[in-house]
Amino acid sequence: MRQDSLLTIKNLRTCFHTYEGVLTAVDGIGLEIYRGETLGVVGESGCGKSVTALSILRLLASPPAEIQGEILFDGKNLLNMSLDEIRKIRGNSISMIFQEPMTSLNPVLTIGEQISEAIKLHQGVTHQEAWAEAVEMLQMVQIPSPEIRAKEYPHKLSGGMRQRAMIAMALSCHPRLLLADEPTTALDVTIQAQIVDLMERLKEEIKTSVLLITHNLGLIAEMAKRVVVMYTGKVVEEALVEDLFAEPLHPYTQGLLGSIPWMGRKMKAGRKQLQEIPGMVPSLLEMPEGCRFHPRCPRMMDICRKEEPPLVQKDGRRVLCWLWK
Amino acid sequence: MHETLQTQVIRNPHPQADSQLRRRWVKLRRNKAALFGGVLILIYLITALLAPILFPGNPSAPNLMKSLERPSIEHPLGTDELGRSILGRIIYGSRVSLLISIGVVFVGLLVGVPLGLISGYYGGKVDFGIQRVTDTLLAFPGFLLALALVAVLGVGLKNTIISVGISMVPIYIRLVRGCTLSVREQTYVEAARAMGTRDVTILIRHILPNVMAPITIQTSLGMGTAILFAAGLGFLGLGVQPPTPEWGTMLGSGRAYLFNAPHVATFPGIAIFFAVLGFNLSGDGLRDILDPRSKL
Repeated sequence: MRQDSLLTIKNLRTCFHTYEGVLTAVDGIGLEIYRGETLGVVGESGCGKSVTALSILRLLASPPAEIQGEILFDGKNLLNMSLDEIRKIRGNSISMIFQEPMTSLNPVLTIGEQISEAIKLHQGVTHQEAWAEAVEMLQMVQIPSPEIRAKEYPHKLSGGMRQRAMIAMALSCHPRLLLADEPTTALDVTIQAQIVDLMERLKEEIKTSVLLITHNLGLIAEMAKRVVVMYTGKVVEEALVEDLFAEPLHPYTQGLLGSIPWMGRKMKAGRKQLQEIPGMVPSLLEMPEGCRFHPRCPRMMDICRKEEPPLVQKDGRRVLCWLWK
Repeated sequence: MHETLQTQVIRNPHPQADSQLRRRWVKLRRNKAALFGGVLILIYLITALLAPILFPGNPSAPNLMKSLERPSIEHPLGTDELGRSILGRIIYGSRVSLLISIGVVFVGLLVGVPLGLISGYYGGKVDFGIQRVTDTLLAFPGFLLALALVAVLGVGLKNTIISVGISMVPIYIRLVRGCTLSVREQTYVEAARAMGTRDVTILIRHILPNVMAPITIQTSLGMGTAILFAAGLGFLGLGVQPPTPEWGTMLGSGRAYLFNAPHVATFPGIAIFFAVLGFNLSGDGLRDILDPRSKL
């Protein structure tokens, strides 16, 4: 039933050695991205979403970071590659879009220069060819009058335009995997919708897989096919997007979905207070014993306090919880 | 302020096209001190370029019959102990002083900027190594360091440039490292790395242009300091050697006649004063102009 997988992460652990101790930002996660699909990763701030993406491209400075485990891209372990090999993959086979479009373009280089730099780097074409390609990419992300825009500096573009330019840059070498780290968080809602549409369309055109990192469940519902929910560096639930929204298994996912304000609910069910997940994400230095979610969990049992929950397989879904054992 | 802005918009048919340059020009015009500094530098520059026209004849040829003459029509600034026109020597001295100041900042930039970039970008052990050497060099007062280097290298124009230049290197290293530390954390640097850009390219194309503003300011201030240091060395007889006309050396040799012919030491001193003032004022002005946070 499964298509073949493009990226397989096995038991990935990323820790940071700091003066206060060892921070394990990503703690033994495993996930798989298939060709042409969009995998959504959701979770609160600090749950290890971005660190996972940065670990894939090995963009974390080490030291202080230490990455263990296996990240297989096309069967090759990215973590064993030499710096030169990984550099050839960055921007070429795997590229990345960042959260802050206002700061992710260099203010002293024109848009065209920045996009064509990436093209020249990976495709060994001449400057003119790279420039033409860059203009074409700007056209593709629907930036009006791309020839003129290519010669302009980032400060002349709005946030939405800059994010389009970033997308153009990330897709300029037709990567097979796009890591989108909260691509719409810094944009206002109407622009978000445009960017989502654009990414959907380009995904089809270029046939790239997407790892979509966000804390916006609406965006996940819109774009992703499968969802991975992360909490304190662990995958707590993985499911198809419909299943997850229809019936969340993990109490944390239930809490997340319960905390979304829902327009029109007041009319149907009367005014109800918006749910919240009590407590706070524990510090990475002081993880609770047993299940990491137990101090905040409404359905906590005795065993949750003592032993770490197992990863339970249930109807093709995975959940890290004692409830389903 | 409002009025100026309005007239600007009217006068400028493409307000976006050159707004930044125009804004800087307005800032410069408002900053009288910087403008004055710029004019001073310009005067020295023109003097240096046109020296043979402004003073035909050899400024180093002695004429003992006319030694230590007071200012007159023939020698507007008087003559020195060997009867050479002080005006002529100051005019030719501007060439030497500008050459020294340019040479010194060139040495400082050439060594300091790459080391600062590497130190700031890579961090870790590389940074530690470079910074401890910088600490050691910064522990000496700059002039003392230049003096010690001259003691090792010997006197002369070239060695003056090298030793004063090296004494400036740690300042550039510190400055560039500090700026690099903040720029390397910017998302666009991370984005460039995510695109597979090489470290060298990131340093030269992405980081260097973003740390240019403080380097430019330090370069202008550094040229003033360089003239002062070189003059100091000259005064002690350790800089450019006679008969080459150099302001500090002139000052040093004029010292002996300070009571009976004060003009011999005074005029080169004034030349040094205004040159350093010019570079410092324009450096301060550049800082205001290049600072994006400062308003019109």
